[in-house]
Amino acid sequence: MLKASQISGGYGEKDVVKNVSFELQKQEILGILGPNGSGKTTLMKMISGLLPCRSGDVSYKDQPLSAYSPKQLAREIAVLPQLHSHAFDYTVRETVSMGRYPHQKGMFAPWKSDDEKAVTEAMQQTGVAEFESQSIQDLSGGERQRVFLAQALAQEPKLLLLDEPTNHLDLSYQKQLLDLLKEWTDTHELTVISIFHDLNIASLYCDRLLLLHEGETVQLAEPGHVMNKETVERVYRARVHTQSHPELPKPQVTLLPNHGHQAPCEITKDHFTITPDHVHMQAPQSLKTLSSAVIGAGLGWYHHFVNRHVPMDYECDDSYQDMVQYANRNGFKAADTVGMMTAVKVEDVVIREYEENGLSVVIAITAGVGNAVDVSLSHERDRQATIGTINSWVFINGKLSDEAFIQAMMTATEAKVKALQNADVKDPLTGTLATGTSTDSALVAATQHGPFIQYAGSITPLGKLIGKGVVECTTEAIDIYRERKRT
Amino acid sequence: MPKRSILMFSRNKVWTGYTFSILLLLTAFTLGVTVGSVQVPLTQMLNIFAGAITGNRESLDPMFSSIVLDIRFPRVVLAALVGASLAIAGASFQGLLKNPLADPYTLGVSSGASVGAVATIFLGLTIPGLGSFTLPVISILAALITLVIVLGFARMVEKSMKMETIILTGIIFSSFLGSILSLMIALTGDELRQIINWLLGSVSMRGWEYIRLIAPFFVIGALLLFWNARELNAMAFGEERAQHLGVNVQRRKFVVLASGSLLTGAAVAVSGTIGFVGLVVPHMVRMVTGSDHRHVLPLSILNGASLLILCDLVARTIVAPTELPIGVITALIGAPVFGLILIQRRKERRG
Repeated sequence: MLKASQISGGYGEKDVVKNVSFELQKQEILGILGPNGSGKTTLMKMISGLLPCRSGDVSYKDQPLSAYSPKQLAREIAVLPQLHSHAFDYTVRETVSMGRYPHQKGMFAPWKSDDEKAVTEAMQQTGVAEFESQSIQDLSGGERQRVFLAQALAQEPKLLLLDEPTNHLDLSYQKQLLDLLKEWTDTHELTVISIFHDLNIASLYCDRLLLLHEGETVQLAEPGHVMNKETVERVYRARVHTQSHPELPKPQVTLLPNHGHQAPCEITKDHFTITPDHVHMQAPQSLKTLSSAVIGAGLGWYHHFVNRHVPMDYECDDSYQDMVQYANRNGFKAADTVGMMTAVKVEDVVIREYEENGLSVVIAITAGVGNAVDVSLSHERDRQATIGTINSWVFINGKLSDEAFIQAMMTATEAKVKALQNADVKDPLTGTLATGTSTDSALVAATQHGPFIQYAGSITPLGKLIGKGVVECTTEAIDIYRERKRT
Repeated sequence: MPKRSILMFSRNKVWTGYTFSILLLLTAFTLGVTVGSVQVPLTQMLNIFAGAITGNRESLDPMFSSIVLDIRFPRVVLAALVGASLAIAGASFQGLLKNPLADPYTLGVSSGASVGAVATIFLGLTIPGLGSFTLPVISILAALITLVIVLGFARMVEKSMKMETIILTGIIFSSFLGSILSLMIALTGDELRQIINWLLGSVSMRGWEYIRLIAPFFVIGALLLFWNARELNAMAFGEERAQHLGVNVQRRKFVVLASGSLLTGAAVAVSGTIGFVGLVVPHMVRMVTGSDHRHVLPLSILNGASLLILCDLVARTIVAPTELPIGVITALIGAPVFGLILIQRRKERRG
């Protein structure tokens, strides 16, 4: 396919592109990335033969580009330019038909059935067939972009060069266009080189990425290798965070803006409201939260934290929806709420503050041990789980790393097990010491302000606070539970 | 299925365009031959042409016969050729430069050609071997040189060559070349009236000799442009786009510019500077049939011919017995159209 070896070039005296080399694999999508002025468009012009290389050379199918006539080249390589205005009205069909120019022969170039077929197919694939007799000037930017894509596809090229194809397109057309290209790499043996502005889209659709910086290659590799935090931060001079895509093993980059840092705040007991129906903690601002709650589970930012009382015989097919409705009914936006359930009387919640060496946490526990379980023997059970819950909440005034969140969760769980042992809670079925109950839930939330906390294992300062706090609160909650059972 | 019917309509539009244009040309031709200080009846005209073809001139009125065959017919044919040349040259400049305001007159090419023509006439130049063709050949060369300089200058002013920049450059060169023209004529000691005639153009009293001077250039120029109609379509989207579509831009651009200069130079050599024909006609044609140059070019020829025949008719009848320069009439129509296109473009860009 196309091969660029050591190419340099540009306008005027200075080289905009310096020593760039790559070899295209057949049917791949190669993305060209780089900040503004990094030479992306210039490189594209050099590849398409519009701009001669000052040194190095571009070859296509083992022959230099200059060996091809413009028509021969246009039968192999099509280009979708950035959108521009035009002086005259052409209909969509006329515009797309121009893509057949390189295939037509002779002075008066008869229109053959091949031409008609290619044009019709290109218009259908890009969804512009429905306005084929409209003037392109009456179309929106996105529609026009698709018309020019159809024109390029009507050339029936083996290689398609695109300069920011998703400009002017809304989300759904971006996806459609790129899905279409991906499909054509399979069905029409198309190979694609495309400039992208959006790193995340490039990462999702490209097989390889070529990252340019000041005209030079920074990296040419699979998206996973190119889009790492250090490289992106260095080239784009912006703070970013990379994480994986939820469905695909492709990295995604998130900007970390300078603005939007929340004012410092501190969680205390005063933020809790207790009613017969629920315990509600309203944070002064959103907290980064890791939890196994009914709604708002996983990692996210939440404002409201609700531990809802449900009757012993609560049964619901869709407890998620039920909880969402409950939150909305009580004036907490469900999208902003972490919600748990318990059959325990929520007035019995134990809430305590702990502070040491400038670290502070607030712990809230509701415990019911009617369905206590020894996890080591739970595989012998066949009974359905019933409600009987220890809900542990740990709020931390500090800035936690990802690992600290998970370690805090582990520490809190270990502390809970220890509290059950201390209280001599037994699994009613096996008669052995219980390690938890059948439907326990836990939550760790942090303000992400104040001291940075890298680790929260059991012997770290934070771990010690959590361990002490959870054991004490859980023990007290079990005592209260037992007291209530007795009376 | 509404889609099909719209498509049929747009194809119909093209054929309507051709039918209408041919009818208009026939009407213009008939009016141009029959109307004037002496009215020639339609039947007389037909008889005279029939007689001329069969060689049987005995039975014809000699006065009518002489008016039709020796004065009006060549005049109408010359007007038609000049109009057709200017219109198709305008259409091709517009397509190539992506500029609906470009035409031989607004680009200053006409002025350049007239400097060449006037120099030839007033200095009595003859290039050995060319004879009377010295006049159009020098005009054409002057046109081509002017065009190259104007476009070079515009590109220097602004690389993207916006519509306004090109036209402004054309106006600068027009004024400059117009002054050179006046100066040349004044220095040769002729009357000022003649300068005006050259500047505003005329097709009167030129006879068949001038038709012979323009005809071959018209045929060559028009054929070269027809040959490049599809390339003009591609270049209307920009030179880069055209190259990506497989057009050999450098070569085709030169062919189009040379053909446009050929047509302009030849037209100016025989009639002086007649403005706005190349602007008005393609604009009207595009409004009816769309921008496909495969139709815009031939339709511009037909309608350019009709327009100039009719303008000439008005020019020689409106203040009879005096004759107005034909450029007065074309400018009366052309300048407002120029203004309208400008407004329209501005609006589009803003919208």
